[in-house]
Amino acid sequence: MLNTPPLLAARGLSFHRNDEPVFGPLDLQVDAGEALLVQGDNGAGKTTLLRVLAGLVRASGGDVEIDGRPAGHRERAQFVAYLSHLPALKGDLDTLENLNFLCGLHGRRARQMPGNALAIVGLAGYEDTLVRQLSAGQKRRLALARIWLSPAPLWLLDEPYANLDLDGINLVNRMISAHLRAGGAALVTTHGAYAAPPVRTRLVQLQPAALAGDPP
Amino acid sequence: MIAPGTQPGLWQTARALVARDLRLLWRRRGDALQPVMFALLVVVLFALALGRDPDAMARVAAAVLWLAVLLAGQLALDSLFRSDAEDGSLEQWLLAPVPLAWLVLVRILVHWATTALPVVVLAPLLAEMLHLPHDQLPLLLASLLLGTPLLSLIGGVVAALTVSIRRSGILVALLALPLYVPVLVFGAGSVNAAARGQDPVGALLLLAAGLVVALVLAPLATAAAIRISLN
Repeated sequence: MLNTPPLLAARGLSFHRNDEPVFGPLDLQVDAGEALLVQGDNGAGKTTLLRVLAGLVRASGGDVEIDGRPAGHRERAQFVAYLSHLPALKGDLDTLENLNFLCGLHGRRARQMPGNALAIVGLAGYEDTLVRQLSAGQKRRLALARIWLSPAPLWLLDEPYANLDLDGINLVNRMISAHLRAGGAALVTTHGAYAAPPVRTRLVQLQPAALAGDPP
Repeated sequence: MIAPGTQPGLWQTARALVARDLRLLWRRRGDALQPVMFALLVVVLFALALGRDPDAMARVAAAVLWLAVLLAGQLALDSLFRSDAEDGSLEQWLLAPVPLAWLVLVRILVHWATTALPVVVLAPLLAEMLHLPHDQLPLLLASLLLGTPLLSLIGGVVAALTVSIRRSGILVALLALPLYVPVLVFGAGSVNAAARGQDPVGALLLLAAGLVVALVLAPLATAAAIRISLN
C-alpha cells in the first residue's frame, strides 16, 4: 500500500467553543487496516473530535482529508460510518425495521443482510422485538449491527464499549478486527478502561484543552 | 479493499423514509388523530360561540376553517423533527449519500400528508357545520390544498431552528405564526373574495406561486437550520 493516501488524515485540527479551546491543534492519520484509539478523560473532547471528523460540527481550524481528498459531504457519505452516543433507533419500530431503514438510508455492504447482522451481534430471535423493549446494551448491539452493515470503510465509533457486557466488548473487538482485515479502518474513543482490539493501533491522547502527540 | 456495497439514490432513500414514517404513524395511530380532533373542536367552539345565527356563521366560515386548519398544523409542527433530533437520527441523515434538503423535503411532505391532509379531507364536514355556502366549498378546498403544504414548508424552517431547544412549544408558535400571515390572508381571502362576488383566482395563483418557491427554497433553509441546530 505504498502510494495509497491515508483513509483519514487531519492536520492542525482544532475546535473552540465560545473561544474556549476544546481540543487541538491535533494531527492524526489512519490508514486502511489500522485502528486509532482516541483516549482521554471525560470532557477531554473525544466526542467533539469525532463529531468534527464526521462533519456534524465545523472545525475551528485545520483541515481533514478523506482518502486524499478534502472532506466534504460526498466523501463523508461514501467513507464514514458514525456510531454516536445517540442510538439513531426508533423505539416504536422493531429491530429489523430499524436496520432496514438505516440500510435504505446509507446503503448496505455487499453480501450482508440485516438478519445476519442481528445474529452476528447476538440479537438473533429479537427480529420482531420493538426497540423500546430492548435493554441499553441490546440497543448498543443493534447500533453496532448498523455499523457492520454500512458500506463505509471508515468507522468512527464513539465509546462503542459503553453499556456492553464482557461478551459485548469481545464482540466489538472481533468486529473491528474483521473490518480491519477487510481493509477498513476505525477510530475508537475510550476513556481507557477497556481492552483494545488486537490490531495495528495508533493512539491519540486527548487532555482537557491541551494536546498530546501521536506515537505510532 | 472492502467489497463495494450499494449506495442508495434519491428514490431509495425517499422510499425508506416514507415507509419508516408510515410505520411509525401506524404504531402511534392514536396520536395521528389529534390534529383532526383539534380542528373539529375549534370549529365546534366557534359555532357554539356564534350562537344559532347561520348568516353570521356563513360570513366567517372560511376564516374560521382556515384558522382551525392553521392552528392544528401549528400544534403538529413540534413533532416534525423533535424525535429525530433527540434519538440521533438527524446525525445519520447528515451522513446519508443524498442531500439533507432532500430528506427534509420528504419528511415535511409525509408530515403534511399525515397531519394536514386529514384535516383538509374533513373540511367539507366542518364547512357544513359552519353553514359555508356550498358553491364556495370547492374554492375553500383548493385554497387549503395549496396553502397547507406551504404552511408545512414554512413551519419546517422554524421547527428545524428550534429543534435543539427543549419545551419550545410557545416559541415555535411565536416564530411561525407571523410567517403564516400571507398564507392566511390569501387563503381565506380567496374564499371571502368569491363571497363578495370578486374573482378569487388571483389569490389562488399567488398561493400556488408561493408553494412553488417554498418547495425549492424551504428544504434548503430547513437543512441549513438543522446543521446549525446540531452544531
